[in-house]
Amino acid sequence: MAAAPDSTDTGKPGGLIGWIDQRFPLTQLWKTQVAEYYAPKNFNFWYYFGVLATVILANQLVTGIYLTMSYKPSSAEAFSSVEYIMRDVDWGWLIRYMHSTGASAFFIAIYLHMFRSLLYGSHRKPRELLWIFGCVIFVLLMAEAFLGYVLPWGNMSYWGAQVIVSLFGSLPVIGGALVEWIRGDYVIADATLNRFFALHVAAVPLALVFLVIAHLMALHEVGSNNPDGIEIKNLKDSQGHPLDGIPFHPYYTVKDTMGIAAFLVVFCGVIFFAPAFGGLFLESPNFEPANPLQTPPHIAPVWYFTPYYAMLRAVPSLAGTQVWGVLVMGSAIVVLFFLPWLDRSPVKSIRYRGPIYKLALAIFSVSFIILGVCGLKPPTGIYPLLAKICTALYFAFFLLMPWYTRIDSVKPVPERVTGHA
Amino acid sequence: MRKHGILMVAAIVLAGSAMGVASAEEGESLPSSGADIKDVQSLQRGARNYMNYCSGCHSLKYVRYNRMAKDLQIPESELAANLMFTTDKPFDPVISSMPSDAETWFGKQPPDLSLIARSRSVDYIYAYLKDYYVDKARPWGVNNLLLPGTAMPAVLSDLQGLQKPVFKNEPDEHGSATMVLVAVEPMSAGALKPEEYDQFVRDIANFLDYAGEPVKAKRQSMGVFVILFALVFFAFAFLLKKEYWKDVH
Repeated sequence: MAAAPDSTDTGKPGGLIGWIDQRFPLTQLWKTQVAEYYAPKNFNFWYYFGVLATVILANQLVTGIYLTMSYKPSSAEAFSSVEYIMRDVDWGWLIRYMHSTGASAFFIAIYLHMFRSLLYGSHRKPRELLWIFGCVIFVLLMAEAFLGYVLPWGNMSYWGAQVIVSLFGSLPVIGGALVEWIRGDYVIADATLNRFFALHVAAVPLALVFLVIAHLMALHEVGSNNPDGIEIKNLKDSQGHPLDGIPFHPYYTVKDTMGIAAFLVVFCGVIFFAPAFGGLFLESPNFEPANPLQTPPHIAPVWYFTPYYAMLRAVPSLAGTQVWGVLVMGSAIVVLFFLPWLDRSPVKSIRYRGPIYKLALAIFSVSFIILGVCGLKPPTGIYPLLAKICTALYFAFFLLMPWYTRIDSVKPVPERVTGHA
Repeated sequence: MRKHGILMVAAIVLAGSAMGVASAEEGESLPSSGADIKDVQSLQRGARNYMNYCSGCHSLKYVRYNRMAKDLQIPESELAANLMFTTDKPFDPVISSMPSDAETWFGKQPPDLSLIARSRSVDYIYAYLKDYYVDKARPWGVNNLLLPGTAMPAVLSDLQGLQKPVFKNEPDEHGSATMVLVAVEPMSAGALKPEEYDQFVRDIANFLDYAGEPVKAKRQSMGVFVILFALVFFAFAFLLKKEYWKDVH
């Protein structure tokens, strides 16, 4: 009688896990990606937003699936079906608020996640591709948010879609045909709503999930950056583990759990006490059904688009076309992709950079926030001028970067990371 | 590093509040209605007032009678006898008896008010119902300070009494004096005293706040426990993190 193969001899798990491991690299994946993925030990506050964005993505996927069970993507029924969810579906109001608040939370997390990169140079070599995947995720997220914003078919949804889609119409030659192709009609209508639903619930989320996986694979290939901007892989112990690294599990799984708990306090605070968030997360005109004959008094996109919307409006029409504003707005996103090559500083982290970069980053951040405020406001009074100045400052931050990062003074970078949070 | 973190959190909060202030300025500053969504008696009175004075013309198509009765603690018998005027089925929504050609009477179909408290605000409804004044130039002989040219007649004028406009002389952009409407003031007494009338419309505004989001009061009281749970979860997660990180130097 042949002895049954004893898996304990080889140090490999037996039982069900062993059975799976012979057919799928489960234990190997767990080890390489989590338990033996060495992350720098000095992650600080800014390193929570990646995991928070992932948690929010999961929230959006799950609540989104539940919403599709009761939502009706037709211009005749969409608005009523959302109210049906809010009133007649068990816990529908909670699911809807989790989804609508999640959209805003997603952008807060992503903006802070990207800002972290500007602080510590996380986009620098060898993480250029990681950064580019991130930028594509950002673009997809904007598309996803816009498409989802149209679905409740409120009056601001309708007119917001009208404004944004008509931007494509300003492109020369193909503009008119392109807009018609996007809308599937001569106006924003039932056909538009239907295809936006398809894109919002299937195409874009699928692409988002794949890109998030690619983003994480790229991260785990090159290893995480840290607030000191040092490559921890340069110094390893006798076992080949980075001296300044600690296993992601359990150290960062417990730390991230703490971060997620803190996030939940704030997130639930908004969901249960201010789901409309004073008209920023759910706008008042969107509680009136879409009405092609009645424009809301002031059309503004949701807060997370307002910095770019302000840029669009800041550029005057020239030679009889508005296309310049559209190009400027598009360039504001495109320029992000080139960041790894625009930054010529010999150091990564702001801790060892000179005063010029610190000043530039401060001006950039303030400009971005002012642009956000300008985009919420009607273009009167001081706001158009402010928007013009801040648009110029936004682009100056990127386009002048190759020069000012090179002439900026730097401090010596230590070999080992400094402390841990 | 801790100091760094605090500074940055402060910066984020500042940025958030800058946007918050920016959006808050959008809305006109209306006096507070003082309505309280947790005041069930006020909501019951509001439902009574609405059904008697408003529901003839204004539907609440997303509000079902029986759901309303349950939420507002109104017995079904009371509901059928005193609040349901257009149907005998408690699960029906509140639909007005306005014909589809009501537009020819008012110049506008009386709008459904299910979501008026969300698209405008509770304070807006309260102010609107108090701002009617006599204006012979208008079809119904009345106008509204908050919504000039309103299509709705002053259906509550028996209760409030009539009001007259108060004008002020102010120079226009060319410097010539023009009469500007600045306020309304009582002209004749109504069936209700002023503070009784205020309460009457406050109850309607409160009821419409309920109609706009029936779960609002429940959501807020539930939220307290959810936040408490999240805080306890955070406390345990914090202690767990501290324990695990003891050996990281």
